[in-house]
Amino acid sequence: MLIGILALVFALARLIPGDPCRAALGERATDEICEAYNERYGLNEPIYVQFGIYLNDIAHGDLGESFRFGVPVTELLVERLPTTIELSITALLIAVVVGVPLGIISGYRHNSKTDVATMIGANIGVAMPVFWLGLMLQYVFAVLLRDTPLALPPSGKLDAGLIPTPFYEVWGWPMNGFTEFLAKFTVMNALVTFQWEILSSAMLHLILPAVALATIPMAIIARMTRSSLLDVLGLDYVRTARAKGLAERTVVVRHALRNAMLPVVTVVGLSFGALLGGAILTETIFNLAGVGKTLFDAITSRDYTVVQGFTLVVAVGFVVVNLVVDMLYTYLDPRVRVS
Amino acid sequence: MSDPTVPPQPPDEGMPPTNVTDPMPAMAEAFAFEREDEIERAVGEGFAASGGDVSGHATGGLWRTAGRELLRKKSAVVGLVMLTVLVFLAVFAPVIAPYDPNEVLFSEGVAPRDAPCIHLLGCPDDQPQHILGIDGNGRDYFSRLVYGARVSLLAAFVAVTFAMVWGTIVGLIAGFFGGAADNVLMRLMDVLLSFPSLLLAIAIVSVLGPGLINAILAISVVTIPQYARIVRSSVLSIREQEFVAADRALGVGTWRLLWHRIFPNALTPLVVIATLGIATAVLEIASLSFLGLGVQPPTPEWGSMLAAERNQVFTAPHLVFFAGLMIMWNVLSFNLLGDGLRDALDPRLGR
Repeated sequence: MLIGILALVFALARLIPGDPCRAALGERATDEICEAYNERYGLNEPIYVQFGIYLNDIAHGDLGESFRFGVPVTELLVERLPTTIELSITALLIAVVVGVPLGIISGYRHNSKTDVATMIGANIGVAMPVFWLGLMLQYVFAVLLRDTPLALPPSGKLDAGLIPTPFYEVWGWPMNGFTEFLAKFTVMNALVTFQWEILSSAMLHLILPAVALATIPMAIIARMTRSSLLDVLGLDYVRTARAKGLAERTVVVRHALRNAMLPVVTVVGLSFGALLGGAILTETIFNLAGVGKTLFDAITSRDYTVVQGFTLVVAVGFVVVNLVVDMLYTYLDPRVRVS
Repeated sequence: MSDPTVPPQPPDEGMPPTNVTDPMPAMAEAFAFEREDEIERAVGEGFAASGGDVSGHATGGLWRTAGRELLRKKSAVVGLVMLTVLVFLAVFAPVIAPYDPNEVLFSEGVAPRDAPCIHLLGCPDDQPQHILGIDGNGRDYFSRLVYGARVSLLAAFVAVTFAMVWGTIVGLIAGFFGGAADNVLMRLMDVLLSFPSLLLAIAIVSVLGPGLINAILAISVVTIPQYARIVRSSVLSIREQEFVAADRALGVGTWRLLWHRIFPNALTPLVVIATLGIATAVLEIASLSFLGLGVQPPTPEWGSMLAAERNQVFTAPHLVFFAGLMIMWNVLSFNLLGDGLRDALDPRLGR
């Protein structure tokens, strides 16, 4: 499985047409310079040797060096991954916090006005193109609502001029790759070091992209919660619980919801992949230097190693999340363990 | 992921599994040899209760009932109507659109990104009417939107058809032959599935080069695993059933068995997934075009139209708004239709 992912990532990156040397050096690329360049980055070797080198490097935690920026890919990842993680987690939180209750209400009050409205909303939510929603949110909150308290910044990560102090400087921790990585989580970093101005600015900048990104998973979660709750409420054990005279609240919350949430967990996990895909669009629109935007820029400028490294990390992250969801599922649902 | 959409269809449910579709008898003729025709008859008699396709007493039964069921669902009807409007726009685009979508109208006295001008709403009569305004290159925006329906529908349809054909082939082979073929093919599908679909599509397009055809290809490849999995799991559940065993005992050839006995049974979930898949394809083609990897200008396509006016969202929001609205309209219609079809075709829901 892992080898398959690695091979595909490698193949895709190498198949991108165009000469990386010319893409990286542009006008300056003469034949001699390119020769030296290819020599340096191992691009002269046969393709299977390149793949072998690639595998060996990966095993040593080396994702290569960006042709374009001249810095190791891992360094780029340290810098940009936190933005995407922060964005995705915020979006997922919004999606769950809004989607699950909506789904419960419309599942419980099946066919009521709330239900119909939620389901119409969910249908529209799934159908909305993320990039369009992002642009519309920008228009509404940065143009129409300008000069009102509801105005929100349309792009970037922080207000201009704000530079957060990394927590390791505040706490006197050593600066290394890992602490640097952690410090790039702007919201968390500001929170633990009490930089309130930065915190509020970072959170305000996060709202629009996160909402844009959250819409589709929110709609999917709401629908899943609803249909799952409906299924469970029709089961015999719920009728038994009601017949025992349990309070309606207990029946729904303690008995039905527990089982109804099982498929929802899966959906939440699967949404993560959609979030990562959507992050490419959202980050481009909101001008956030995260994994998605970097990856897209790298593809258009044929920065092989960055494409490989970032695609690999995203794919592995996706697989790991799915694995965790599977394990969580076994933990939550003992029936799976038995069978 | 596949279980809710793959209803088991035991042949004793009054829903003969060999009978689910109309084009099958025609295909049967194409495949049949004389000897197999006799076998067919024998099988037909043997399975009179569940109806072989020679008896034909319930031909199209599932689809007709499903159609009725579909029309009873309000959301499905809404989807159908929305889709009809869209298809109408696409087919009659030259009649509906007042201008050629690529015609630059500066000679008619318009400025880039002119606001909409509608005579009925008080726009002076001496100005030419442009009900959705003018885009950044001086073209009639409404005409471009109308023509965009053609691109969007066609591209999504082609992408899904391609994915469905390959997914079916992979699924049939993997499910029916099992063993090594199954292992290799499904591992391959797993690898494809372990990338977020848009990411993989972007990577593939960057290999093939931007363009409509390549975008369609990329989106198809990314979705093949879905169809392969559905078909495979249908095949697995059908393969061991008695009517297949009977066919096999009577010496029906492998390919005939696949096409004639097994494929029709996998068709119902396939149709549902394909309908919903068109919605996703519409969205992904628009996304790729938005990123500049799909349809290239000047072809009118909603995603690339949106991208072209993206930075004008603060000054000319109507140029962004309506293109997105059309994408949403398209996606919504197929989603509603697909959901309706799923409910209508699911025998578990009972009627």
